Amino acid sequence: MIRLHQVSKTFPGSTVPAVDRVSLEVPAGEICVLLGPSGCGKTTTMKMVNRLIEPSSGDILIDGRSTSDCDVTQLRRSIGYVIQQIGLFPNKTVEDNICIVPDILGWDRRKSRERAAELLDMVALEPGAFLHRYPRELSGGQQQRIGVLRAIAADPPVLLMDEPFGAIDPINRVIIQDEFLKMQAQIRKTILFVSHDIDEAVKMADRIAIFRDGRLVQYDTPDNILAHPASSFVSDFVGGDRTLKRLQLLTVRDAMLADPPRVRAADSLKQAVATMEEHGHQTIVLVGPRGRARGYVPLQAARGAAGTVGENHEALPTTIRPNEDLRTAVSTMFRHDVSWLACVDEDGMYLGYVTLRGITRLLSETYRDG
Amino acid sequence: MDILDYIISNWGLIVTRTGEHVAIVGVAVALAVLTGVPIGVAISQNRRLAEAVLYVASMVITIPSIALFGMMIPILSLFGQGIGYLPAVIAVLLYSQLPIIRNTYAAIRNLDPALREAARGMGLTRGQRLREVELPLALPVIVTGVRLAVVMNIGVTAIAAYIGAGGLGTFISRGISQTDPRQLVTGALAVSLLAIVADLALLWLQRKLTSPGLRTR
Repeated sequence: MIRLHQVSKTFPGSTVPAVDRVSLEVPAGEICVLLGPSGCGKTTTMKMVNRLIEPSSGDILIDGRSTSDCDVTQLRRSIGYVIQQIGLFPNKTVEDNICIVPDILGWDRRKSRERAAELLDMVALEPGAFLHRYPRELSGGQQQRIGVLRAIAADPPVLLMDEPFGAIDPINRVIIQDEFLKMQAQIRKTILFVSHDIDEAVKMADRIAIFRDGRLVQYDTPDNILAHPASSFVSDFVGGDRTLKRLQLLTVRDAMLADPPRVRAADSLKQAVATMEEHGHQTIVLVGPRGRARGYVPLQAARGAAGTVGENHEALPTTIRPNEDLRTAVSTMFRHDVSWLACVDEDGMYLGYVTLRGITRLLSETYRDG
Repeated sequence: MDILDYIISNWGLIVTRTGEHVAIVGVAVALAVLTGVPIGVAISQNRRLAEAVLYVASMVITIPSIALFGMMIPILSLFGQGIGYLPAVIAVLLYSQLPIIRNTYAAIRNLDPALREAARGMGLTRGQRLREVELPLALPVIVTGVRLAVVMNIGVTAIAAYIGAGGLGTFISRGISQTDPRQLVTGALAVSLLAIVADLALLWLQRKLTSPGLRTR
């Protein structure tokens, strides 16, 4: 757990504090993204945690222990540190770069080298191919992966990340972000993550801390920040499309109507119409003998028609998985010009459906409560 | 043909003189590395100090060697060492400071600040940063300074023959005073060859010492 208590920093020769009485608490195992425009104090705040910058006043506690009581070198060795420029040492191999902190901590060499190989495996870099390469032989994305591994090599409970994926091209950035989140699910570090990109913050954060002119203006979950910005500054900063951004935070499962009525190929259209009218639905999904989604019947076309569903159904334009985010779902609907999607699992089994209306309702719930 | 005959018949003497020459330059430049590199590292922390030190070192290098030898005679005579090996070594030591200090300083200053930031943030001490990162990265540039010092001072040492330091310069000074082109050309050839060989040897050493991660493709 990281706790900042009334932390301030005024740089010598300046009268305005760069960081002004910031208090916040990051629970163990969570990612807190420090977000704000440049010069807002977010990086200064982060660097005070490992004392690259000494606070002018206030207290910073890591797992209940004040950082000012720790030896600064020992403190830094117990905190992983990742920077945007990566800073891999070009004279050392990937293996030696990863093992820097274990080496200066005097770990057994064999143990630390084994760990380096395990870590490479975690980010899907083949240890045999990468351990003995030098940083200049790697792509930017690979270098940053090594930078992250180097930070966690000695297994520190806390990680500081200063715009770690900022210098990576957008396509690779998404891949590395996803990979990092997957890794975080296993390692559960307590992380302070500096970013100026609201989309990155929404994606990575358990909590977002928004800074302005050295002050913490809002500290909350991404969904609450997007739904209930505390000030016009926050709402401007998160953008006019903030409600759309919330779509990323929710999955299809959240908006899905599970286990709806369905029809089978042998059912008559009359039965299908009756079921739809009973439930007030405009369409109904046809499932196969084992429950796979096979097609659908629209109410309009079925009304008054004769025959079975098997002979008179339409193909599903597309389907979606329940673990996709709602942004993907809405985008898929727009692309196929439909207002609902059938949700299926990886075997194609019909699970339920999600509608544009359902998504709208889900998003507006928080406003009605507030 | 006279010259070739002279070289063949005086081969032993040439080897001895070359040994003397190498002893002066080798010892002096080795001492210069031991002093210049720490000075270069130390001044990389302070820009104004660095400017002052580099200014002094540049002034030293502008003093003509023959004048420097002249200045040292009365001072070192107090210890009975006015001429010979010691003043030659001191002159080379002084002349070597500028290339070695300057290259060390420039190499350390030009390191990517991200490396220092990462190293500090991970909890490397000043000494560990120097040993693990800064010196290995600065090494190729430092060795370039050493090469420059060696080549330049092989020339300076040739003049030290006039203060009785021995070395290959003896052939040249005698060649001039005795109007003997055989000695003159032998000395000049030997000095040039020594400079080239020393430079190539140090180039080889530089490649050996540079981390494979720093080699340009």
